[in-house]
Amino acid sequence: MSAILVNDKVQEIEAPISLIDLIKLNNVEQPEMVSIQVNGEFVARENFESTLINADDEVDFLYFMGGGSR
Amino acid sequence: MDFNEDQIQRYSRHILLQDVGVEGQEKISNGKVLIIGAGGLGAPVALYLAAAGVGTIGIIDGDVVDLSNLQRQVIHFTPDVNKAKVLSAKEKINLINPDVEVITYYDLLTASNAFEIIKDYDFVVDGTDNFPVKFLINDACVMAGKPFSHGGILRFDGQTITVVPGTACYRCVFHAPPPANAVPTCSQAGVLGAIAGMLGTIQAAEVLKYLTGVGNLLTNRLLTFNAKTMDFRTIKVKHNSKCQVCGDHPTITELIDYEQATCELKTNN
Repeated sequence: MSAILVNDKVQEIEAPISLIDLIKLNNVEQPEMVSIQVNGEFVARENFESTLINADDEVDFLYFMGGGSR
Repeated sequence: MDFNEDQIQRYSRHILLQDVGVEGQEKISNGKVLIIGAGGLGAPVALYLAAAGVGTIGIIDGDVVDLSNLQRQVIHFTPDVNKAKVLSAKEKINLINPDVEVITYYDLLTASNAFEIIKDYDFVVDGTDNFPVKFLINDACVMAGKPFSHGGILRFDGQTITVVPGTACYRCVFHAPPPANAVPTCSQAGVLGAIAGMLGTIQAAEVLKYLTGVGNLLTNRLLTFNAKTMDFRTIKVKHNSKCQVCGDHPTITELIDYEQATCELKTNN
């Protein structure tokens, strides 16, 4: 097992793991709605499958948040 | 600007701050801030900016006050139900601080009026509830070189980022609006009322920091929090060279009216 950081929390994974599998592993509610940074760089949606996450990588899931007015 | 005795007393707690002082208060009093949306976020922003003595506050909102708004939109009171939100907000701002000039726009922000409205202001606050307008505000501010604060709240969560020319913009982070109704808005999913105050007051503080030049703005950092755990995170984000509006080769060069979510839940009537 290898340790990575997902939204600042340590997560143990079998490295390497594709970003798309990491999304599934984290039960992201609406994967098509999440914006993802790996080690501080945004990953284009079309590269979610080809991007591999390795030990010590830092992944940020950023979610759309509306709300405010009505 | 010369403050009279009452004003010196009114703003004394700002003037006492070493980083602000009379000079900083003058900057606040000369400031022009546009608040887009007089709702959950716009309410605390407007209340604090009014109290702080921001010279000109513009408010744009095309809605009237609904009973379901009062749980979090603290600038509107029970007798204001069915009143235009901009009018209700203007009344409270003037009651708090008659020094403030309030300009109201009983309208929605669109691709055709956005530049015309934002051009007179130093800073823009996004307190809107939907993605089409959030992207419109981002694109208009980026193109016009206007600094702005993005804010979003949902259920128990909030997020905010400050964008000034050259820093990561909302589109650098979120690229494009989600399909209509793919992400629920507060009117569909609910929101803990106090979250609006938590996030709105952060936005108000950013405005005052910008006007006075005090401290470091929340630029290139997305602040998110969850009120269930009270965990706050600040995620570093970078200006995206592939960003469609502020990247090296922008493909968006004019404003877009994206399709609005249409199936809003109505619980009243």
